[in-house]
Amino acid sequence: MVGIMIAQTLSEQILSHAAGHPVRAGDVATVSVDLVMMHDSLSPSIIKVLHEELGAERVWDAQRVAVVIDHVAPASNIQTAEKQAGLRQWVRDQGITHLFDVGRGISHQVLVEEGLAQPGLVIVGSDSHSTAYGCVGAFGTGMGTTDIALAAATGRTWMRVPETVLVRAIGRFRPGVSAKDLGLRAARILRADGATYASVEWHGIDFLSIGDRMTLATLSIEIGAKAGLIPPIGPAASGLRIPDWLAVQAGADYVRTVDIDLSHLEPQVSAPHYVDNVVDLTELGRVAVDVVYLGTCTNGRYEDMAAAARILKGRKIASGVRMLVVPASSEGLRQAAEDGTLRTLLAAGATIGTPGCGACIGRHMGVLAPDEVCLFTGNRNFRGRMGSPQANIYLASPEVAAATALTGYITHPQDVLER
Amino acid sequence: MARVWMFGNDVNTDQIIPGRYAPYMLKNEHDLRKYPFVEARPDFAPNVEPGDLIVAGPNFGCGSSREYAPLALKMVGIGAIVAPLFARIFFRNALNLGIPCFTADLTQTLRDGEQVALNVEQGVILTERGMRIELPAPPSFMREIWSAGGIVPYYRAYGRFPGEQRA
Ligand code: SF4
Repeated sequence: MVGIMIAQTLSEQILSHAAGHPVRAGDVATVSVDLVMMHDSLSPSIIKVLHEELGAERVWDAQRVAVVIDHVAPASNIQTAEKQAGLRQWVRDQGITHLFDVGRGISHQVLVEEGLAQPGLVIVGSDSHSTAYGCVGAFGTGMGTTDIALAAATGRTWMRVPETVLVRAIGRFRPGVSAKDLGLRAARILRADGATYASVEWHGIDFLSIGDRMTLATLSIEIGAKAGLIPPIGPAASGLRIPDWLAVQAGADYVRTVDIDLSHLEPQVSAPHYVDNVVDLTELGRVAVDVVYLGTCTNGRYEDMAAAARILKGRKIASGVRMLVVPASSEGLRQAAEDGTLRTLLAAGATIGTPGCGACIGRHMGVLAPDEVCLFTGNRNFRGRMGSPQANIYLASPEVAAATALTGYITHPQDVLER
Repeated sequence: MARVWMFGNDVNTDQIIPGRYAPYMLKNEHDLRKYPFVEARPDFAPNVEPGDLIVAGPNFGCGSSREYAPLALKMVGIGAIVAPLFARIFFRNALNLGIPCFTADLTQTLRDGEQVALNVEQGVILTERGMRIELPAPPSFMREIWSAGGIVPYYRAYGRFPGEQRA
């Protein structure tokens, strides 16, 4: 019968809209992009491809390119300082207004805070964790230098429309368990390549904040996904500009469905050196740590600092442990300063860094030495990621990070709260 | 002849090039050619020859979007990469740079260090042991990008993306 709509996944809806005609998983389509994000680390090469190889003088739309200086912020040496200076000059020459300079924070967090990421948009970023924009129901995806240069020059990109893997959460978290544990649990089940070329939709989490949704959206790339979408529904979505064509449709085609019962979920820990190497914290045994690092686009937000502060309040971190807190954004840092969260963290003995990526990719601000062990609230524990390839990185939630800072070994939050 | 460099599963971009060796962090960007697998396999960069073949397990190139990972492999002249599954950003970056990636599992068929002859156009590998391996033909849009020499020359030549209908 004519006129019957075939149910679509969120990715299919957004990419159909962006292609200007209906597309289905598996189709190769050219789509218009709404926003191009580039950060300091890759911008110099993007600009080179744009001007020298593509021969484009200007970006296609100066209002729809966002530049963020977050990966080495502030600059660590003369090379990076010089490249950042060049980038600022280029931004002025191009008339780009969305420049977020040193200290404003991590690209993904900032674009969401600024309201630039909105439901239904196609956002491409020079960063694999651009899946983050799925936290508001945008199709966010990471690309390399050349693809970003092409998108910035033309306002378009080509894409294979992804199949969708559905992760359905049931129930509510127990105390001390949070979105990070759900994300790591999904990585444990789906493995690092479980959603390669696919998109992940996260259902059953309408009660989560946008920040917690971003934890899941950023972790989607760690199971190989092209995008990680959370339907823009629930109280946290009330301030978003939701297009009327965007909604979960009954009968949409999912290649795989994974159910996770939150009410039985234990704190999860990803052990070195692969993100999907996940166990229940209780199975881990005693792992002593040198550094507790709270930060990144996955878990460095105000609410992550507040969750840690609730556990650290009135207590001191263990001697011999360094706790670094690198806020995901200046806005998060401001909030933490206003309501006393920051005072609690400092009183417990934590150190605060400049909002940004910090030591997440091992370039500055807390690089690890050989044989050091780090409990990290980030998203990757690859060998050498945060510095020495002989260091060991364990991934866990902000709650586990705080509990671990208090004892000096990887600790269940309930164990310190009950003391 | 080309040498086979064998790698395991889930080779991530931090292994191919640690973020600390990004062009952004280097004084001389041409130094990038010294660093593929600098920590994961230090004998690779000094010994790899143009045309050599990387054979790996599934999920090759997972992790970051850093195009300098496949770029470093291009700079040392890697002839092709064969893996049963590629992480998508890496695959796209390699395609854009014109590095042939074939989706096949040869980890049990070939050996690290062995000499082979690779014909990318025909998708055939001949080994010194006398084996003839046919690689699965990539989709036509991919072959078009390879033969243009990457996505930038492709776009400059045609003024459109693969498969795009322009008014
Ligand atoms: S915080 Fe880490 S994972 Fe997130 S964008 Fe920065 S470097 Fe990438």
